[in-house]
Amino acid sequence: MARMKFLCDADRCIECNACVTACKNEHEVPWGINRRRVVTINDGKPGERSVSMACMHCTDAPCAAVCPVNCFYTTADAVVLHSKDLCIGCGYCFYACPFGAPQYPKVGNFGSRGKMDKCTFCAGGPEADGSKAEYEKYGANRLAEGKLPLCAEMCSTKSLLAGDGEIIAQIYKERVTKRGYGSGAWGWKTAYRESIDT
Amino acid sequence: MASLGRLFRLALGATLGTWALLLLVALAAPVQAQQPSSVNPTASSVKEQQLLQELNRIQGRVSIPDKRSGMLEQPGRDWRNFHEVTLRWIGGIVILGMLAVLVIFYLTRGQVRLESGRSGRTVVRFNAFERLVHWMTATCFIVLAISGLNITFGRPLLIPLIGLEAFSDWSQWAKYGHNYLSFPFTIGVILIFLMWIAGNIPDKTDVEWIKRGGGLLGHDHPPAKHFNAGQKMIYWIVVLGGGAVAITGYLLMFPFYTAGIEGMQVAQVVHSIVAVLFVAAMLAHIYIGSIGMEGAFEAMGTGNVDVNWAKEHHSLWLEQQKAAGTDARPAAAPAE
Repeated sequence: MARMKFLCDADRCIECNACVTACKNEHEVPWGINRRRVVTINDGKPGERSVSMACMHCTDAPCAAVCPVNCFYTTADAVVLHSKDLCIGCGYCFYACPFGAPQYPKVGNFGSRGKMDKCTFCAGGPEADGSKAEYEKYGANRLAEGKLPLCAEMCSTKSLLAGDGEIIAQIYKERVTKRGYGSGAWGWKTAYRESIDT
Repeated sequence: MASLGRLFRLALGATLGTWALLLLVALAAPVQAQQPSSVNPTASSVKEQQLLQELNRIQGRVSIPDKRSGMLEQPGRDWRNFHEVTLRWIGGIVILGMLAVLVIFYLTRGQVRLESGRSGRTVVRFNAFERLVHWMTATCFIVLAISGLNITFGRPLLIPLIGLEAFSDWSQWAKYGHNYLSFPFTIGVILIFLMWIAGNIPDKTDVEWIKRGGGLLGHDHPPAKHFNAGQKMIYWIVVLGGGAVAITGYLLMFPFYTAGIEGMQVAQVVHSIVAVLFVAAMLAHIYIGSIGMEGAFEAMGTGNVDVNWAKEHHSLWLEQQKAAGTDARPAAAPAE
């Protein structure tokens, strides 16, 4: 099986936020929840870069480690998913996540945050693949249909790559070799404890 | 005629300007050719590792309304390690250690007996309001302690026994209990602070009491006022510890009102360490107030203690009560 990863080529991202919009639309994510967002660093200054960020589906994921009710699981494709039936909305995964990925429908509402929601790598949840129950809780399961995450699939500049870690790393390496520069795979060291040598 | 002349001059100017531009481009071409074939825009760009080294986090701007999501990366995994390893060790050692000490103490020293027997007369120690506040705080504390320990120790200890689904259901209710009972608990701590502060200021008698080990070992009875040094310690543990868990707890219950992620991590560390110490201290308090000492539970049970108990454990207080004329009153007739 593949080891699924995200890679945002910050030298290509133009901060169009189409990945954010596509994600919200594909999964019918409720108001106030953003599974993916584009962060611009040094906005308006020389050297500014934008990075599209969601759950990175970490190796040895911190969220899964700290979850008091053990609601996380890792699929055969190394996608980190969770069960909303088990989640008690305590917020611990949010304290532990290096990327701010976990989202709560009612943040700040008297401690009753509601069930945690996050990027599923378009791989749904523990329910049967493609079922109505799965769609309502976690959104579309594109992986089960043989498709990759929509955010990356429709990225206009092909900045955001999603797929098998070795393949997308190879694509990125080739790009860097051809164009002669690259600011690296953002978040990889934190998420996967490795970086791409270019 | 004048306007025609201006038009002619404009046209001439434009033609000359076009030629000048073409000439410039032609001149510039060799200059461009001398430059490297490709520029490196990342040479001047922000770099991930450099930003992380500077601040240990990467903050940017987002165009979506949720401005908190501008935090791109904060790789610190210290909190995870604290929660998974450090806290479990601290909690385990402190709580199991206290239980072990109490069991050993009970087996070797046994119950602290009422040495002069019961006098048959009682004296009011805590009135109904004091007892109400005590038991309100105490019941809240027990629920808070169990539900809190569940969050830290439930996963390794309970999930293997009852399974994921049952544990999740139980933890959901425990979380609600923890969140909502924090309010009466906090009110209880505030009331305890206010109503017993007068008797809990440390003074000279405490030095003597501590020097003589509180009379816990042997058959000593050092003099004490309404509260002895041990009780004063419990009082300040409740007031300061309770205050600390309340403040840090509300920081976690209302995320982002005052604390960000790092603030909440610190709050959780303080909350959990103070809480396990608090639980250990309360185990000792429960022990000495129940099976640990004959005649002690009545103080919070009926509110009246035997005069001989007061004489042995709170001699100075009993003298004060005698002076005020509020001491002697016959004990209620035994039920038998």
